[in-house]
Amino acid sequence: MLSIKNLHVSVDDKPILKGIDLEIGDGEVHAIMGPNGSGKSTLANVLAGRDKFEVTEGEIQYLGENLLELSTDERACKGLFLAFQYPVEIPGVSNIYLLKAAVNARRKHNGEKEMAAAEFLKMVKEKLKLVDMKEEFLQRAVNEGFSGGEKKRNEIFQMAVLEPTLAILDETDSGLDIDALKIVADGVNTLRREDRSMIVVTHYQRLLDYIIPDFVHVLAGGRIVKSGDKNLAHELEKEGYGWIRDQSAPGAAA
Amino acid sequence: MSLEKEPVRIDPVKVEHLLAARERLELPGAGLDWIDALRRDNARRFEELGLPTLRDENWKYTSVKPISKHAYTPVSAGGNLTAKDLHRFDLPGLDTHRVVLVDGRFEPRLSSTVSLGKGVRVSGLAQVITEEPALVQPWLGRLAAEVEHGFRALNSAFLQDGVVVIVPEGCRIDKPIELCCVQCSESEEIVSQPRHLVVAGKGSSFTLIERYVSVHATRYLTNAITEVFAGPGSRMEHYKVQQESTRGYHIGSLLIEQQAGSQVVTHNIALGGAIARTDIRVRLAGAEASCGLNGVYVLNGRQHVDNHTRVDHLVPDTASNEFYKGVLDGRSRAVFHGRVIVHPDAQRSDARQQNKNLLLSRDAEVDTKPQLEIYADDVACSHGATVGQLDDEALYYLRTRGVSEQTARSLLTFAFANDVIDKFDLTPLKSYIEHILTSKMFSVADLEEMI
Repeated sequence: MLSIKNLHVSVDDKPILKGIDLEIGDGEVHAIMGPNGSGKSTLANVLAGRDKFEVTEGEIQYLGENLLELSTDERACKGLFLAFQYPVEIPGVSNIYLLKAAVNARRKHNGEKEMAAAEFLKMVKEKLKLVDMKEEFLQRAVNEGFSGGEKKRNEIFQMAVLEPTLAILDETDSGLDIDALKIVADGVNTLRREDRSMIVVTHYQRLLDYIIPDFVHVLAGGRIVKSGDKNLAHELEKEGYGWIRDQSAPGAAA
Repeated sequence: MSLEKEPVRIDPVKVEHLLAARERLELPGAGLDWIDALRRDNARRFEELGLPTLRDENWKYTSVKPISKHAYTPVSAGGNLTAKDLHRFDLPGLDTHRVVLVDGRFEPRLSSTVSLGKGVRVSGLAQVITEEPALVQPWLGRLAAEVEHGFRALNSAFLQDGVVVIVPEGCRIDKPIELCCVQCSESEEIVSQPRHLVVAGKGSSFTLIERYVSVHATRYLTNAITEVFAGPGSRMEHYKVQQESTRGYHIGSLLIEQQAGSQVVTHNIALGGAIARTDIRVRLAGAEASCGLNGVYVLNGRQHVDNHTRVDHLVPDTASNEFYKGVLDGRSRAVFHGRVIVHPDAQRSDARQQNKNLLLSRDAEVDTKPQLEIYADDVACSHGATVGQLDDEALYYLRTRGVSEQTARSLLTFAFANDVIDKFDLTPLKSYIEHILTSKMFSVADLEEMI
């Protein structure tokens, strides 16, 4: 589904990612872990199409297409979804408007007709239950005045409505208490499917107790320094990130 | 009315020399001492003041030179406007008591005020001054007596025509009263000087919509004054919808005095005009009086809009809340100057003021000056102003949801302006302004479906 080869990315001429290779197959859940500043969020945003990041080398194939040639909104229309670490507040735009715009943009892209209002509303209300949110939430402005937990739940709710092919969750666990974390994780688990892949970016192993990954990668200094199965996350939990400093020195990447 | 009479032809003159044209016009109430005095005093004030210049602190960012460059013709009678012509100015879904002014002259033929009843008076000013001047004598010119600039003096020096609205004590009017000021003449450079008077009796409640529209894309000058007296406990919601021709000039004053417990909300919507200046003055003269001043201006091309407001908290326990927002594209320019003065006795005043601007182009410019002057010590006041561009983070967020860049820009721009429009109580007017706004600012058709 997604194939990243030798990806180098700079921000303001400062290299952040220094040669990432990653293969993600259909229905797989990959966790990307690593210390602060390792480039996890950069990777998530490069995939989503943030234009302040400059790809200086390497390539990304998504569903057989060159992802880097697609605009941010084209990527979204082709089923890529980013759940933000810091969801943006948009005063004056209600959740329901945003969802309608997003759903219809995608349908238009796929050559489908717009969804009828009643059908749309029914679908949206159904998905609200997934993240345990009330209907009045739909009329509120996007993320405006939301608590940290509400913002993250809103991201998962949008993901449920948009039914992505590849979902990237950028530190969705940060700032959540255990109850909110469970709601979010349950929502994500319900959305797991054979034809839907996920990249779960997280600093802590905690989220991975609830969303069990197929693969875990450790990102440090702009490179993937170690890959393994879900047990790697537990190792990290025990040992912290201290040990990888030695491995992330130039030339040490596996 | 005027149809039988042959309109007087008057040669065009520069604004500075406009006073002389009065001699050619049949001005109502001539010979009445107080009317004569009112006109004479203001004529003298106009001679003294002349037109404002950039050296005048209150006109620092608005040059009236483009206005004074042209010569204007005052009209003695309104042009020929038919009921059919008026349809284009209908507000869909909104039933109003519509009163029509054509080129500044009250047009009874097109006005529907019959069903108002309950002692409510909605009449042409010229007619009232001629037939029952005592009705307006206690009010007319009282607030405009503070002659802040030449334009205001000029309007009072003519005191030609407009609309009088008198709502008796305790009267609730369910349908809004709509003053529709239509510039209709095909000729260039007409000047019209509407003069409105609104008296809200004790405990009365109503909505007033003041509109300025034009049939042709001509150059002209509207120089209007509206005086509003809000009696004790009265409630008025006021809308000023300024949609002058993009070549038109608009100078308007909305002067309000509020008695105890009255509530006035003004919505000042500036969309048209090449140069448009609106002064709003509110005197909070009775305890528990409160006013809301909302404004939205949406400009493009080379439009210049100046909103100048002043709220005087004169007595204790009064409140004002001002919220103005502007969206500027092209080479347009906006000025916001909001003064709030809390007078020495006005303890426990609550004054809020905010002006926010969104610049869509590098060539657009805003001068904003929120100004609080507090002479009492027990008050709650706040003010602030911002000028910014579309939020890149929000644009990115929308685009990651599949919304195209252009639609995302439109949506965010609309959302910015919309929180002022959301304060309108009249839903059909809200939709109407939303519609005008989207068609003015955006080429994106799908936005309309979304909102």
